[in-house]
Amino acid sequence: MTELRGFYTLWLREVKRYLRDRTRIVSSFVQPALWLVVFGAGIGAALRGGFQIAGVNYQTLIFPGIVAQTLLFTAMFMGISVIWDREFGFLKEILVAPVSRFTLFLGKMIGDSTDALIQGVIVFAIALALGISFTFTAFLECLPLMLLITIGLVSLGLIIASFMGSLESFGAIQSFINLPLFFLSGALFPIAGTNTPQWLQVVARVNPLTYGVDALKTVILGAPYAPLQIQPLWVDIGIVGAFDLLMIAIGTWSFSKMK
Amino acid sequence: MVHVIETNQLTKSFGGLTAVDKLDITVESGEIFGFLGPNGAGKTTTINMLCTILKPTGGSAKVNGFDIVREAMQVRRSIGIVFQDPSIDDRLTGRENLYMHANLYGVPTSQQKDRIDKILKLVELEDRADDLMRTYSGGMRRRLELGRGLIHYPKVLFLDEPTVGLDPQTRDHIWTYIKELKEAHDITVVLTTHYMDEADRLSDRIGIIDHGKLVALDSPQKLKDTLEGDVITIKAAKIDELTALLSEKLGLTQSRIVDGTLEITVRGGQSLMPKVMEAATHSNFLVDSIQLREPNLEDVFLHYTGKNIRADGGKELHGFAAIQRRKIR
Repeated sequence: MTELRGFYTLWLREVKRYLRDRTRIVSSFVQPALWLVVFGAGIGAALRGGFQIAGVNYQTLIFPGIVAQTLLFTAMFMGISVIWDREFGFLKEILVAPVSRFTLFLGKMIGDSTDALIQGVIVFAIALALGISFTFTAFLECLPLMLLITIGLVSLGLIIASFMGSLESFGAIQSFINLPLFFLSGALFPIAGTNTPQWLQVVARVNPLTYGVDALKTVILGAPYAPLQIQPLWVDIGIVGAFDLLMIAIGTWSFSKMK
Repeated sequence: MVHVIETNQLTKSFGGLTAVDKLDITVESGEIFGFLGPNGAGKTTTINMLCTILKPTGGSAKVNGFDIVREAMQVRRSIGIVFQDPSIDDRLTGRENLYMHANLYGVPTSQQKDRIDKILKLVELEDRADDLMRTYSGGMRRRLELGRGLIHYPKVLFLDEPTVGLDPQTRDHIWTYIKELKEAHDITVVLTTHYMDEADRLSDRIGIIDHGKLVALDSPQKLKDTLEGDVITIKAAKIDELTALLSEKLGLTQSRIVDGTLEITVRGGQSLMPKVMEAATHSNFLVDSIQLREPNLEDVFLHYTGKNIRADGGKELHGFAAIQRRKIR
Protein backbone atom coordinates (compact mmCIF):
# COMPACT_ATOMS: atom_id res chain seq x y z
CA MET A 1 0.00 0.00 0.00
CA THR A 2 2.82 2.38 0.91
CA GLU A 3 4.57 1.40 -2.31
CA LEU A 4 1.44 2.09 -4.32
CA ARG A 5 1.01 5.51 -2.72
CA GLY A 6 4.66 6.26 -3.36
CA PHE A 7 4.22 5.29 -6.99
CA TYR A 8 1.13 7.46 -7.34
CA THR A 9 2.70 10.53 -5.78
CA LEU A 10 5.77 10.31 -8.00
CA TRP A 11 3.60 9.83 -11.06
CA LEU A 12 1.48 12.82 -10.07
CA ARG A 13 4.55 14.98 -9.62
CA GLU A 14 5.81 14.32 -13.14
CA VAL A 15 2.43 14.98 -14.71
CA LYS A 16 1.85 18.16 -12.70
CA ARG A 17 5.25 19.54 -13.58
CA TYR A 18 4.62 18.78 -17.23
CA LEU A 19 1.17 20.34 -17.38
CA ARG A 20 2.45 23.45 -15.62
CA ASP A 21 5.21 24.02 -18.13
CA ARG A 22 3.24 26.03 -20.66
CA THR A 23 6.19 26.94 -22.85
CA ARG A 24 6.99 23.29 -23.32
CA ILE A 25 3.43 22.43 -24.26
CA VAL A 26 3.26 25.27 -26.76
CA SER A 27 6.62 24.37 -28.24
CA SER A 28 5.55 20.75 -28.45
CA PHE A 29 3.14 21.79 -31.18
CA VAL A 30 5.83 23.45 -33.20
CA GLN A 31 8.34 20.71 -33.95
CA PRO A 32 5.94 18.03 -35.24
CA ALA A 33 4.05 20.70 -37.20
CA LEU A 34 7.27 21.80 -38.89
CA TRP A 35 8.15 18.23 -39.81
CA LEU A 36 4.71 17.47 -41.18
CA VAL A 37 4.07 20.76 -42.93
CA VAL A 38 7.48 21.80 -44.24
CA PHE A 39 9.37 18.56 -44.50
CA GLY A 40 6.36 16.43 -45.35
CA ALA A 41 5.00 18.75 -48.01
CA GLY A 42 8.40 19.76 -49.41
CA ILE A 43 10.01 16.35 -49.72
CA GLY A 44 6.67 14.90 -50.68
CA ALA A 45 6.46 17.26 -53.68
CA ALA A 46 10.05 16.58 -54.67
CA LEU A 47 9.47 12.84 -54.57
CA ARG A 48 6.25 12.91 -56.51
CA GLY A 49 6.30 10.21 -59.12
CA GLY A 50 9.26 8.56 -57.44
CA PHE A 51 8.50 7.02 -54.09
CA GLN A 52 4.83 6.60 -53.38
CA ILE A 53 2.38 4.15 -51.98
CA ALA A 54 -0.93 3.78 -53.71
CA GLY A 55 -3.29 6.45 -52.38
CA VAL A 56 -0.99 7.65 -49.58
CA ASN A 57 0.92 10.92 -49.87
CA TYR A 58 4.34 11.44 -48.28
CA GLN A 59 3.00 13.65 -45.52
CA THR A 60 0.66 10.90 -44.39
CA LEU A 61 3.39 8.33 -44.81
CA ILE A 62 5.75 10.02 -42.38
CA PHE A 63 3.00 10.91 -39.90
CA PRO A 64 3.45 7.68 -37.84
CA GLY A 65 7.18 8.30 -37.93
CA ILE A 66 6.74 11.85 -36.57
CA VAL A 67 4.57 10.44 -33.78
CA ALA A 68 7.41 8.05 -32.94
CA GLN A 69 9.94 10.86 -33.15
CA THR A 70 7.94 12.97 -30.72
CA LEU A 71 7.72 10.05 -28.33
CA LEU A 72 11.45 9.43 -28.64
CA PHE A 73 12.58 13.00 -28.09
CA THR A 74 10.15 13.66 -25.25
CA ALA A 75 10.87 10.36 -23.54
CA MET A 76 14.62 10.82 -23.68
CA PHE A 77 14.37 14.40 -22.48
CA MET A 78 12.10 13.45 -19.60
CA GLY A 79 14.29 10.53 -18.64
CA ILE A 80 17.43 12.62 -18.66
CA SER A 81 15.63 15.23 -16.56
CA VAL A 82 16.31 13.12 -13.49
CA ILE A 83 19.73 14.78 -13.63
CA TRP A 84 18.02 18.09 -12.88
CA ASP A 85 16.46 16.47 -9.84
CA ARG A 86 19.92 15.56 -8.71
CA GLU A 87 21.43 18.98 -9.44
CA PHE A 88 18.65 20.74 -7.58
CA GLY A 89 18.77 18.33 -4.69
CA PHE A 90 15.26 16.96 -4.97
CA LEU A 91 16.49 13.47 -5.81
CA LYS A 92 17.83 13.12 -2.25
CA GLU A 93 14.35 13.53 -0.80
CA ILE A 94 13.11 10.62 -2.91
CA LEU A 95 16.14 8.41 -2.44
CA VAL A 96 15.94 8.46 1.36
CA ALA A 97 12.19 7.80 1.42
CA PRO A 98 11.12 4.42 2.79
CA VAL A 99 10.03 3.26 -0.65
CA SER A 100 11.73 0.62 -2.78
CA ARG A 101 13.90 1.73 -5.65
CA PHE A 102 11.74 -0.31 -8.02
CA THR A 103 8.75 1.81 -7.03
CA LEU A 104 10.76 5.02 -7.38
CA PHE A 105 11.86 3.99 -10.84
CA LEU A 106 8.39 2.92 -11.88
CA GLY A 107 6.69 6.07 -10.58
CA LYS A 108 9.12 8.37 -12.31
CA MET A 109 9.09 6.28 -15.47
CA ILE A 110 5.32 5.93 -15.86
CA GLY A 111 4.93 9.63 -14.99
CA ASP A 112 7.34 10.63 -17.74
CA SER A 113 5.72 8.14 -20.11
CA THR A 114 2.35 9.75 -19.45
CA ASP A 115 3.82 13.12 -20.44
CA ALA A 116 5.32 11.66 -23.61
CA LEU A 117 1.98 10.05 -24.39
CA ILE A 118 0.25 13.43 -24.15
CA GLN A 119 2.85 14.81 -26.56
CA GLY A 120 2.05 11.94 -28.94
CA VAL A 121 -1.67 12.74 -28.78
CA ILE A 122 -0.85 16.36 -29.62
CA VAL A 123 0.77 15.14 -32.86
CA PHE A 124 -2.48 13.40 -33.74
CA ALA A 125 -4.30 16.69 -33.16
CA ILE A 126 -1.88 18.48 -35.48
CA ALA A 127 -2.36 15.79 -38.11
CA LEU A 128 -6.11 16.20 -37.85
CA ALA A 129 -5.77 19.94 -38.38
CA LEU A 130 -3.55 19.35 -41.42
CA GLY A 131 -6.10 17.02 -42.94
CA ILE A 132 -3.96 13.89 -42.68
CA SER A 133 -6.39 11.03 -42.75
CA PHE A 134 -6.55 8.38 -40.04
CA THR A 135 -9.48 6.57 -38.51
CA PHE A 136 -10.62 7.14 -34.95
CA THR A 137 -10.18 3.43 -34.28
CA ALA A 138 -6.57 3.71 -35.43
CA PHE A 139 -6.05 6.58 -32.99
CA LEU A 140 -7.46 4.53 -30.09
CA GLU A 141 -5.33 1.55 -31.06
CA CYS A 142 -2.27 3.78 -31.14
CA LEU A 143 -2.69 4.87 -27.49
CA PRO A 144 -1.51 1.63 -25.85
CA LEU A 145 1.03 1.24 -28.64
CA MET A 146 2.47 4.70 -27.92
CA LEU A 147 2.69 3.90 -24.22
CA LEU A 148 4.49 0.66 -25.02
CA ILE A 149 7.02 2.50 -27.20
CA THR A 150 7.52 5.25 -24.64
CA ILE A 151 8.19 3.02 -21.64
CA GLY A 152 11.38 1.57 -23.07
CA LEU A 153 12.62 4.96 -24.24
CA VAL A 154 11.98 6.77 -20.94
CA SER A 155 13.69 3.90 -19.14
CA LEU A 156 16.67 4.23 -21.46
CA GLY A 157 16.80 7.97 -20.69
CA LEU A 158 16.66 7.28 -16.95
CA ILE A 159 19.40 4.68 -17.23
CA ILE A 160 21.67 7.07 -19.12
CA ALA A 161 20.92 9.82 -16.60
CA SER A 162 21.73 7.63 -13.63
CA PHE A 163 25.18 7.00 -15.05
CA MET A 164 25.73 10.57 -16.16
CA GLY A 165 27.27 12.80 -13.54
CA SER A 166 26.18 16.13 -14.93
CA LEU A 167 24.24 17.90 -17.61
CA GLU A 168 27.36 18.57 -19.64
CA SER A 169 26.88 15.42 -21.69
CA PHE A 170 23.28 16.36 -22.43
CA GLY A 171 24.05 17.46 -25.99
CA ALA A 172 25.78 14.17 -26.72
CA ILE A 173 22.51 12.34 -26.12
CA GLN A 174 20.96 14.19 -29.04
CA SER A 175 23.83 13.25 -31.37
CA PHE A 176 24.45 9.71 -30.23
CA ILE A 177 21.04 8.44 -29.21
CA ASN A 178 18.11 10.51 -30.44
CA LEU A 179 19.10 11.24 -34.02
CA PRO A 180 20.55 7.79 -34.86
CA LEU A 181 17.51 6.05 -33.36
CA PHE A 182 15.21 8.41 -35.26
CA PHE A 183 16.92 8.23 -38.66
CA LEU A 184 17.39 4.47 -38.46
CA SER A 185 13.80 3.75 -37.47
CA GLY A 186 12.16 4.07 -40.86
CA ALA A 187 10.28 7.13 -39.64
CA LEU A 188 11.06 9.07 -42.83
CA PHE A 189 11.46 6.29 -45.39
CA PRO A 190 10.46 2.64 -45.74
CA ILE A 191 12.99 0.15 -44.38
CA ALA A 192 11.62 -2.72 -46.42
CA GLY A 193 11.51 -0.66 -49.63
CA THR A 194 13.01 -2.26 -52.75
CA ASN A 195 15.59 0.49 -53.21
CA THR A 196 16.66 0.78 -49.55
CA PRO A 197 20.41 -0.09 -49.29
CA GLN A 198 21.12 -3.46 -47.76
CA TRP A 199 23.29 -2.12 -44.89
CA LEU A 200 20.57 0.32 -43.89
CA GLN A 201 18.01 -2.47 -43.79
CA VAL A 202 20.28 -4.49 -41.52
CA VAL A 203 21.15 -1.64 -39.15
CA ALA A 204 17.54 -0.48 -38.90
CA ARG A 205 16.45 -3.96 -37.87
CA VAL A 206 18.70 -3.74 -34.81
CA ASN A 207 16.96 -0.53 -33.72
CA PRO A 208 14.05 -1.27 -31.36
CA LEU A 209 12.28 1.92 -32.44
CA THR A 210 12.00 0.48 -35.99
CA TYR A 211 9.41 -1.98 -34.71
CA GLY A 212 7.53 0.76 -32.90
CA VAL A 213 7.36 2.78 -36.10
CA ASP A 214 6.38 -0.34 -38.03
CA ALA A 215 3.53 -1.00 -35.61
CA LEU A 216 2.28 2.60 -35.77
CA LYS A 217 2.39 2.55 -39.56
CA THR A 218 0.55 -0.76 -39.71
CA VAL A 219 -2.24 0.63 -37.53
CA ILE A 220 -2.46 4.15 -39.01
CA LEU A 221 -1.84 3.50 -42.71
CA GLY A 222 -3.72 0.20 -42.85
CA ALA A 223 -3.85 -1.99 -45.95
CA PRO A 224 -1.74 0.20 -48.29
CA TYR A 225 1.23 -0.27 -45.97
CA ALA A 226 1.05 -4.07 -46.02
CA PRO A 227 3.72 -4.57 -48.76
CA LEU A 228 6.26 -2.48 -46.78
CA GLN A 229 5.55 -4.02 -43.40
CA ILE A 230 8.70 -5.31 -41.65
CA GLN A 231 7.00 -7.65 -39.18
CA PRO A 232 3.41 -8.56 -38.39
CA LEU A 233 1.88 -6.32 -35.71
CA TRP A 234 2.08 -8.90 -32.94
CA VAL A 235 5.79 -9.48 -33.59
CA ASP A 236 6.39 -5.69 -33.46
CA ILE A 237 4.56 -5.54 -30.14
CA GLY A 238 6.53 -8.53 -28.85
CA ILE A 239 9.87 -6.96 -29.74
CA VAL A 240 9.01 -3.54 -28.29
CA GLY A 241 7.57 -5.21 -25.16
CA ALA A 242 10.74 -7.27 -24.70
CA PHE A 243 12.83 -4.11 -25.07
CA ASP A 244 10.65 -2.42 -22.42
CA LEU A 245 11.14 -5.26 -19.95
CA LEU A 246 14.88 -5.26 -20.51
CA MET A 247 15.07 -1.50 -19.98
CA ILE A 248 12.92 -1.65 -16.84
CA ALA A 249 15.18 -4.36 -15.42
CA ILE A 250 18.36 -2.39 -16.14
CA GLY A 251 16.69 0.82 -14.97
CA THR A 252 15.67 -0.63 -11.62
CA TRP A 253 19.18 -1.96 -11.18
CA SER A 254 20.76 1.40 -12.04
CA PHE A 255 18.39 3.18 -9.63
CA SER A 256 19.31 0.79 -6.85
CA LYS A 257 22.96 1.76 -7.36
CA MET A 258 22.19 5.47 -7.33
CA LYS A 259 23.31 7.57 -4.39
CA MET B 1 17.18 4.94 29.40
CA VAL B 2 17.00 3.86 25.80
CA HIS B 3 19.55 5.27 23.46
CA VAL B 4 17.96 6.67 20.34
CA ILE B 5 21.23 6.45 18.49
CA GLU B 6 24.11 4.18 19.30
CA THR B 7 27.22 3.80 17.19
CA ASN B 8 29.84 1.18 17.69
CA GLN B 9 33.24 1.83 16.09
CA LEU B 10 31.42 3.36 13.14
CA THR B 11 33.84 3.88 10.27
CA LYS B 12 33.64 5.14 6.70
CA SER B 13 36.55 5.22 4.30
CA PHE B 14 36.53 6.56 0.78
CA GLY B 15 39.47 4.88 -0.88
CA GLY B 16 42.47 5.89 1.19
CA LEU B 17 40.66 8.63 3.09
CA THR B 18 39.02 7.78 6.40
CA ALA B 19 36.19 10.27 6.77
CA VAL B 20 34.78 8.77 9.96
CA ASP B 21 37.13 6.86 12.20
CA LYS B 22 35.79 4.36 14.77
CA LEU B 23 33.14 6.67 16.13
CA ASP B 24 31.41 5.74 19.39
CA ILE B 25 28.51 7.96 20.37
CA THR B 26 25.15 7.60 22.02
CA VAL B 27 22.30 10.05 21.69
CA GLU B 28 19.68 10.08 24.41
CA SER B 29 15.98 10.34 23.83
CA GLY B 30 14.65 13.89 23.73
CA GLU B 31 17.93 15.76 23.55
CA ILE B 32 19.36 18.05 20.93
CA PHE B 33 22.70 16.60 20.03
CA GLY B 34 25.11 18.85 18.17
CA PHE B 35 27.89 17.62 15.96
CA LEU B 36 30.49 20.34 15.81
CA GLY B 37 33.48 20.32 13.56
CA PRO B 38 35.25 22.10 10.74
CA ASN B 39 34.32 21.40 7.15
CA GLY B 40 35.47 17.98 6.09
CA ALA B 41 35.61 16.69 9.66
CA GLY B 42 33.16 13.88 8.92
CA LYS B 43 29.93 15.36 10.25
CA THR B 44 27.88 14.95 7.08
CA THR B 45 29.36 11.54 6.40
CA THR B 46 28.28 10.41 9.87
CA ILE B 47 24.78 11.80 9.38
CA ASN B 48 24.55 10.17 5.96
CA MET B 49 25.43 6.81 7.45
CA LEU B 50 22.88 7.19 10.23
CA CYS B 51 20.27 8.14 7.61
CA THR B 52 21.18 5.01 5.59
CA ILE B 53 22.33 7.05 2.60
CA LEU B 54 25.87 5.75 2.97
CA LYS B 55 26.91 2.30 4.05
CA PRO B 56 29.63 2.18 6.70
CA THR B 57 32.87 0.42 5.84
CA GLY B 58 33.33 -0.68 9.42
CA GLY B 59 31.54 -0.86 12.76
CA SER B 60 27.80 -0.60 13.22
CA ALA B 61 25.08 1.75 14.39
CA LYS B 62 21.51 1.59 15.57
CA VAL B 63 18.88 4.27 15.14
CA ASN B 64 15.67 3.80 17.12
CA GLY B 65 16.82 0.27 17.76
CA PHE B 66 17.14 -0.56 14.07
CA ASP B 67 20.41 -1.51 12.46
CA ILE B 68 21.33 1.07 9.82
CA VAL B 69 22.42 -1.57 7.33
CA ARG B 70 20.17 -4.56 7.89
CA GLU B 71 17.01 -2.62 8.79
CA ALA B 72 17.48 0.44 6.61
CA MET B 73 13.78 0.72 5.69
CA GLN B 74 12.67 0.79 9.33
CA VAL B 75 15.35 3.39 10.08
CA ARG B 76 14.12 5.55 7.22
CA ARG B 77 10.54 5.34 8.34
CA SER B 78 11.44 6.49 11.85
CA ILE B 79 13.64 9.47 11.01
CA GLY B 80 13.25 12.90 9.43
CA ILE B 81 16.06 14.54 7.50
CA VAL B 82 16.77 18.11 6.54
CA PHE B 83 19.72 18.11 4.20
CA GLN B 84 22.46 20.65 4.01
CA ASP B 85 21.48 21.50 0.44
CA PRO B 86 17.91 22.24 -0.58
CA SER B 87 15.92 19.15 -1.53
CA ILE B 88 12.53 20.48 -2.51
CA ASP B 89 10.78 20.52 -5.85
CA ASP B 90 10.57 24.22 -6.58
CA ARG B 91 8.11 23.69 -9.44
CA LEU B 92 5.55 22.46 -6.96
CA THR B 93 3.83 24.46 -4.25
CA GLY B 94 4.78 24.18 -0.60
CA ARG B 95 1.64 22.20 0.13
CA GLU B 96 2.26 19.83 -2.78
CA ASN B 97 5.76 19.14 -1.52
CA LEU B 98 4.33 18.26 1.86
CA TYR B 99 1.67 15.97 0.38
CA MET B 100 4.29 14.20 -1.68
CA HIS B 101 6.39 13.64 1.41
CA ALA B 102 3.38 12.36 3.35
CA ASN B 103 2.65 9.86 0.60
CA LEU B 104 6.24 8.71 0.29
CA TYR B 105 6.36 8.06 4.04
CA GLY B 106 3.02 6.28 4.15
CA VAL B 107 1.10 8.79 6.26
CA PRO B 108 -2.54 7.62 6.21
CA THR B 109 -4.56 9.64 3.69
CA SER B 110 -7.19 10.50 6.29
CA GLN B 111 -4.58 12.24 8.47
CA GLN B 112 -2.63 14.01 5.77
CA LYS B 113 -4.63 17.21 5.47
CA ASP B 114 -4.78 17.75 9.20
CA ARG B 115 -1.09 17.16 9.75
CA ILE B 116 -0.05 19.33 6.83
CA ASP B 117 -2.26 22.21 7.96
CA LYS B 118 -0.75 22.02 11.43
CA ILE B 119 2.81 21.91 10.14
CA LEU B 120 2.20 24.86 7.84
CA LYS B 121 0.92 26.82 10.79
CA LEU B 122 3.88 25.83 12.92
CA VAL B 123 6.40 27.07 10.36
CA GLU B 124 4.21 30.07 9.56
CA LEU B 125 3.80 29.38 5.88
CA GLU B 126 0.00 29.00 5.71
CA ASP B 127 -0.49 32.03 3.51
CA ARG B 128 2.21 30.99 1.07
CA ALA B 129 1.39 27.28 1.04
CA ASP B 130 -0.16 27.32 -2.42
CA ASP B 131 2.56 29.35 -4.12
CA LEU B 132 5.21 27.63 -6.19
CA MET B 133 8.29 27.12 -4.07
CA ARG B 134 10.52 28.88 -6.56
CA THR B 135 8.96 32.10 -5.29
CA TYR B 136 10.02 31.35 -1.69
CA SER B 137 13.00 32.99 -0.01
CA GLY B 138 15.87 30.89 1.32
CA GLY B 139 14.57 31.09 4.88
CA MET B 140 11.05 30.10 3.85
CA ARG B 141 12.35 27.08 1.96
CA ARG B 142 14.34 26.05 4.99
CA ARG B 143 11.27 26.36 7.20
CA LEU B 144 9.23 24.26 4.83
CA GLU B 145 11.95 21.61 4.80
CA LEU B 146 12.01 21.61 8.59
CA GLY B 147 8.26 21.14 8.66
CA ARG B 148 8.38 18.50 5.97
CA GLY B 149 10.82 16.44 7.99
CA LEU B 150 8.19 16.15 10.73
CA ILE B 151 5.09 15.15 8.77
CA HIS B 152 5.53 11.44 9.28
CA TYR B 153 6.12 11.96 13.03
CA PRO B 154 9.73 10.82 13.12
CA LYS B 155 11.39 9.96 16.41
CA VAL B 156 14.65 11.55 15.36
CA LEU B 157 15.14 14.62 13.21
CA PHE B 158 18.50 15.00 11.50
CA LEU B 159 19.49 18.52 10.59
CA ASP B 160 22.61 18.88 8.49
CA GLU B 161 23.86 22.46 8.76
CA PRO B 162 20.32 23.82 9.07
CA THR B 163 21.21 27.50 8.79
CA VAL B 164 24.12 27.48 6.38
CA GLY B 165 23.96 30.39 3.97
CA LEU B 166 21.12 32.15 5.76
CA ASP B 167 21.26 35.70 7.08
CA PRO B 168 21.66 36.21 10.87
CA GLN B 169 18.04 37.17 11.44
CA THR B 170 16.72 34.13 9.59
CA ARG B 171 19.18 31.90 11.42
CA ASP B 172 17.83 33.17 14.69
CA HIS B 173 14.30 32.39 13.53
CA ILE B 174 15.25 28.89 12.46
CA TRP B 175 16.81 28.22 15.86
CA THR B 176 13.58 29.21 17.52
CA TYR B 177 11.66 26.89 15.19
CA ILE B 178 13.96 23.98 15.87
CA LYS B 179 13.42 24.38 19.61
CA GLU B 180 9.68 24.77 19.21
CA LEU B 181 9.35 21.81 16.87
CA LYS B 182 11.36 19.69 19.25
CA GLU B 183 9.10 20.60 22.15
CA ALA B 184 5.88 20.28 20.18
CA HIS B 185 6.70 16.88 18.75
CA ASP B 186 8.77 15.42 21.54
CA ILE B 187 11.55 14.29 19.27
CA THR B 188 15.28 13.89 19.40
CA VAL B 189 17.28 16.23 17.21
CA VAL B 190 20.71 15.55 15.81
CA LEU B 191 22.29 18.51 14.12
CA THR B 192 25.61 19.20 12.49
CA THR B 193 27.05 22.65 12.35
CA HIS B 194 30.27 24.50 12.06
CA TYR B 195 28.74 27.58 13.68
CA MET B 196 29.82 27.82 17.32
CA ASP B 197 26.95 30.02 18.37
CA GLU B 198 24.46 27.64 16.79
CA ALA B 199 25.86 24.64 18.62
CA ASP B 200 25.98 26.62 21.85
CA ARG B 201 22.44 27.97 21.62
CA LEU B 202 20.72 24.77 20.53
CA SER B 203 22.49 21.73 21.83
CA ASP B 204 21.99 19.88 25.08
CA ARG B 205 25.17 18.02 24.32
CA ILE B 206 27.91 18.60 21.82
CA GLY B 207 30.23 16.14 20.19
CA ILE B 208 33.29 17.78 18.69
CA ILE B 209 34.53 15.86 15.73
CA ASP B 210 37.81 16.39 13.93
CA HIS B 211 39.46 14.24 11.25
CA GLY B 212 36.63 11.76 11.66
CA LYS B 213 37.32 11.24 15.35
CA LEU B 214 35.32 12.32 18.37
CA VAL B 215 37.58 14.59 20.42
CA ALA B 216 35.14 15.82 23.07
CA LEU B 217 31.59 15.11 24.17
CA ASP B 218 29.61 16.98 26.81
CA SER B 219 27.15 19.80 27.40
CA PRO B 220 28.25 23.20 26.08
CA GLN B 221 28.62 24.53 29.62
CA LYS B 222 30.70 21.63 30.85
CA LEU B 223 32.89 21.79 27.79
CA LYS B 224 33.54 25.44 28.54
CA ASP B 225 34.14 24.63 32.20
CA THR B 226 36.82 22.08 31.33
CA LEU B 227 38.95 24.97 30.16
CA GLU B 228 39.06 26.04 33.81
CA GLY B 229 39.54 29.70 33.36
CA ASP B 230 39.26 32.88 31.40
CA VAL B 231 40.60 34.14 28.15
CA ILE B 232 42.72 37.27 27.92
CA THR B 233 42.86 38.77 24.47
CA ILE B 234 45.55 41.31 23.65
CA LYS B 235 46.02 43.49 20.62
CA ALA B 236 49.51 44.86 20.30
CA ALA B 237 52.38 45.49 17.93
CA LYS B 238 55.09 42.78 17.67
CA ILE B 239 52.61 40.21 18.91
CA ASP B 240 54.94 37.23 18.44
CA GLU B 241 57.60 38.69 20.66
CA LEU B 242 55.02 39.63 23.27
CA THR B 243 53.74 36.07 23.27
CA ALA B 244 57.22 34.77 23.89
CA LEU B 245 57.77 37.32 26.64
CA LEU B 246 54.59 36.46 28.53
CA SER B 247 55.33 32.79 28.24
CA GLU B 248 58.80 33.32 29.64
CA LYS B 249 58.09 35.87 32.34
CA LEU B 250 54.62 34.83 33.57
CA GLY B 251 54.48 31.22 32.46
CA LEU B 252 51.45 31.86 30.24
CA THR B 253 51.93 29.02 27.78
CA GLN B 254 48.30 28.38 26.83
CA SER B 255 48.35 30.99 24.14
CA ARG B 256 47.63 31.29 20.45
CA ILE B 257 47.43 34.04 17.88
CA VAL B 258 44.13 34.40 16.05
CA ASP B 259 43.92 37.03 13.29
CA GLY B 260 46.78 38.97 14.83
CA THR B 261 45.21 38.93 18.28
CA LEU B 262 46.87 37.09 21.13
CA GLU B 263 44.53 34.85 23.11
CA ILE B 264 45.70 33.35 26.38
CA THR B 265 43.75 30.90 28.49
CA VAL B 266 44.44 31.61 32.14
CA ARG B 267 43.18 31.02 35.66
CA GLY B 268 42.27 34.06 37.72
CA GLY B 269 42.24 36.44 34.84
CA GLN B 270 41.23 39.42 36.99
CA SER B 271 44.46 39.48 38.95
CA LEU B 272 46.61 38.47 36.01
CA MET B 273 45.59 41.39 33.79
CA PRO B 274 47.65 44.01 35.66
CA LYS B 275 50.66 41.70 35.71
CA VAL B 276 50.41 41.20 31.97
CA MET B 277 50.21 44.95 31.42
CA GLU B 278 53.14 45.55 33.71
CA ALA B 279 55.31 42.95 32.01
CA ALA B 280 54.45 44.37 28.61
CA THR B 281 55.14 48.02 29.45
CA HIS B 282 58.29 47.08 31.30
CA SER B 283 59.69 45.57 28.09
CA ASN B 284 58.44 48.53 26.03
CA PHE B 285 55.59 46.77 24.24
CA LEU B 286 52.82 49.02 23.04
CA VAL B 287 49.48 47.35 23.96
CA ASP B 288 46.49 48.62 21.93
CA SER B 289 43.84 46.82 23.92
CA ILE B 290 43.43 44.09 26.48
CA GLN B 291 40.25 42.21 27.33
CA LEU B 292 39.11 39.52 29.67
CA ARG B 293 36.29 37.18 28.71
CA GLU B 294 34.69 33.87 29.57
CA PRO B 295 35.78 31.01 27.36
CA ASN B 296 33.41 30.22 24.50
CA LEU B 297 33.01 27.12 22.38
CA GLU B 298 35.55 28.46 19.95
CA ASP B 299 38.14 28.25 22.71
CA VAL B 300 36.96 24.76 23.55
CA PHE B 301 37.33 23.81 19.94
CA LEU B 302 40.81 25.30 19.77
CA HIS B 303 41.73 23.50 22.91
CA TYR B 304 40.72 20.11 21.56
CA THR B 305 41.74 20.40 17.95
CA GLY B 306 44.50 22.98 18.04
CA LYS B 307 42.73 24.62 15.17
CA ASN B 308 40.57 27.63 14.75
CA ILE B 309 37.17 26.80 13.36
CA ARG B 310 36.18 29.40 10.86
CA ALA B 311 32.66 30.02 9.80
CA ASP B 312 33.73 30.53 6.24
CA GLY B 313 32.95 27.12 4.82
CA GLY B 314 29.27 27.75 4.36
CA LYS B 315 29.50 30.51 1.87
CA GLU B 316 26.27 31.08 0.10
CA LEU B 317 26.65 30.22 -3.55
CA HIS B 318 24.19 30.70 -6.35
CA GLY B 319 23.53 29.24 -9.76
CA PHE B 320 26.23 27.12 -11.25
CA ALA B 321 28.60 27.79 -8.41
CA ALA B 322 26.06 26.12 -6.14
CA ILE B 323 25.74 23.22 -8.53
CA GLN B 324 29.49 22.86 -8.63
CA ARG B 325 29.62 22.86 -4.87
CA ARG B 326 27.10 20.08 -4.69
CA LYS B 327 29.19 18.00 -7.05
CA ILE B 328 32.23 18.36 -4.88
CA ARG B 329 30.43 17.14 -1.84
